[in-house]
Amino acid sequence: MSVRVQEDDFDLGAEVARLTAGKHQIGAIVTFTGTVRDTGGLKSMTLEHYPGMTETALEKIEAEALRRWPLAASLVIHRFGTLLPGDNIVGVVTASPHRRAAFEAAEFLMDYLKTEAPFWKREERPDGAGWVEHNQADTIAREKWAER
Amino acid sequence: MIISRPELPNWWKKDETLTIKLKYFAWVRERIGRGEESLTPPDDVTTIAELIAWLKTQGAEYEAAFAEADTIRAAIDMTHVEPSANIGANAEVAFFPPVTGG
Repeated sequence: MSVRVQEDDFDLGAEVARLTAGKHQIGAIVTFTGTVRDTGGLKSMTLEHYPGMTETALEKIEAEALRRWPLAASLVIHRFGTLLPGDNIVGVVTASPHRRAAFEAAEFLMDYLKTEAPFWKREERPDGAGWVEHNQADTIAREKWAER
Repeated sequence: MIISRPELPNWWKKDETLTIKLKYFAWVRERIGRGEESLTPPDDVTTIAELIAWLKTQGAEYEAAFAEADTIRAAIDMTHVEPSANIGANAEVAFFPPVTGG
């Protein structure tokens, strides 16, 4: 159960091995990796964040996932700084006795992170740089998790 | 035993100056030209919306940054808030565009 905000790359395979070692009650492990997508002519992408608030926001999101699903392990890693097309941006691991909780919790973590965690993407292209605009679909994706 | 502190009288409160630590991110930071600063707005500025309205009178860089005020998001002490939220003394207020991480 942890969140990490870092400049360095990560290895989700190694993280899964470490997170789940000896926890034989786990029957399902879901991992998600978000990478830098080249939509045509992208040179690099720089992720800015709000140190302090970022960690707090991610911890809150993880705590909410733990409240909703019976997770035996979870991890959120988010990178900042300048990244290249194909580089890892975000990694999520959820582990649970059964698959549904692990799948749902991983999706929930990503949907919330996309709308709550204070990160901003700036795309650098040969003809200049610009900030990525918020995708309304992300807000709609989060709303489906509202508790009724 | 817990003794609750009595409310301070109004004449005392008036003497307190509301110094706010401001932080700006992404294009809000670029338009203002700095990442953080400390400001002391007038006494009648108590909410995020009022702070934005006041900042817009403080120079062309703020006018540019807050031109699309509806697009800007705010946090007080690292928690997302609505424009109607009250700003306490010594608060850290941040302004930024909608987030785009993940």
